[in-house]
Amino acid sequence: MTYFGIVALVAAKDLRTELRSREQALSLMVFAVLVLVVFNFAFDFTIIDFKTLGPGILWVAFIFSGVLALNHSFRIEREQDRIEGILLAPIDRSAFYLGKVLSTVLFMGTVEAVLVPLSAILFNQSITPRLGLMILALVLNTIGFAAVGTLFAAITTQTRRSEVLLPLLLFPAAVPIALAAVRTTSHILAGRPFARYANWVYMSAAYDLIFIAAAVLLFDYALQE
Amino acid sequence: MRAMLPRILLALTALAVPVSLHMVFLVAPTEQKMGVVQRIFYYHVPSAFMAFLGVGVCAIMSALYLWRKERRFDIMAHAAAELGVLFCTIVLITGPIWARPIWGVWWTGEVRLTSTLILWLIYVGYLLLRENADNREQAARWGAVVAIVGALDIPIIYKSVEWWRGLHPKVLKISGGGGLDPVMERTLLFCTITFLLLFATLFLERVRLGLQEEEIETLEHAIGRRPATAAPGTGPGGIGS
Repeated sequence: MTYFGIVALVAAKDLRTELRSREQALSLMVFAVLVLVVFNFAFDFTIIDFKTLGPGILWVAFIFSGVLALNHSFRIEREQDRIEGILLAPIDRSAFYLGKVLSTVLFMGTVEAVLVPLSAILFNQSITPRLGLMILALVLNTIGFAAVGTLFAAITTQTRRSEVLLPLLLFPAAVPIALAAVRTTSHILAGRPFARYANWVYMSAAYDLIFIAAAVLLFDYALQE
Repeated sequence: MRAMLPRILLALTALAVPVSLHMVFLVAPTEQKMGVVQRIFYYHVPSAFMAFLGVGVCAIMSALYLWRKERRFDIMAHAAAELGVLFCTIVLITGPIWARPIWGVWWTGEVRLTSTLILWLIYVGYLLLRENADNREQAARWGAVVAIVGALDIPIIYKSVEWWRGLHPKVLKISGGGGLDPVMERTLLFCTITFLLLFATLFLERVRLGLQEEEIETLEHAIGRRPATAAPGTGPGGIGS
């Protein structure tokens, strides 16, 4: 089996587990919607323009639900010691890592695919023009968040306090992603030319590459038993 | 010679600290516009250097640990991270004390302040993670991974915060070289050397302590006072003989 075949297999395993149990996606979605609704009450959007606060609110929702997704992603492996089987399997650990990143990106992507249109309705905002750029920004930044998040979640879920430790480590490390995501999204919403925010897009791409490369090298140490 | 090094460093630090106090408060001239509060800068800037030194040493020792798997590298990485957090805390305390009278605010979203705070948060997270490990080997491996990711992240964090604040005027211009009075410059240099000595002294002491802790643990294990899988914090004497 090829390396990327294994990556796809690991991600497919997570998706199949989810399709059978349905314990994750729905609760993530409801949680993310709840974050949106809370902000909808916290700020008066008849006065504040959605373009100024909206991207930040959306990314707070994505990042919060992303942390839940990451914790879940490794907690299911700890249940019934499934992780033992994976560690014993003759596969490259980094392929397992990339598969986990892929499944996390897909879970977060599902939440984003619902939340972005929903926020457009909730806050009376049109997102249809420049949808391609919007998707590019979402994908690039979600990958970056999942890349570092998966590495850290593999570590923190081995402790008893992952719920606290994962965000504690991940949020500061993911600051560039949060800033890039919010800035890029607000530029896109405001309909500004690509050249105005190209540096942010390149930063997200660089962040993705650097930390996927670093995590591929480091993941083995995170998971050793 | 090797055994003498910590004592020599301690003696040099003990000499350098009073001399640096003398230079900061009696030799260096009072800054014209900022007044006496500017003198905190002789502690603030060297502390920032030491914070970066701690983070750098921690990352290098972490990489060495993952490569060679020798315990002493991890003990050094841990010691460097603790010192990094210590000096970073001093930076974050002295900064606002200076900023309040000069800028009129305790805190702003300025790039250096913000990225220093994020740096501090990453390494506090590093220390907390180590506390939650089941054993030394696990703490070492996890710590090394986080330290390396953190070190790679710092330049990106700095750049991103800089771009984020891009529209704001640059308020901070302290280490702007050239404009600094030669006496002030010499004082700063001397303070940096003093802090370097202090750092080295604390580092060696902390590493020595770490090695001793480990030796005690090994010995206790050998005489059966400690079960092989003891969690940190269970302490010696948890299970009597």
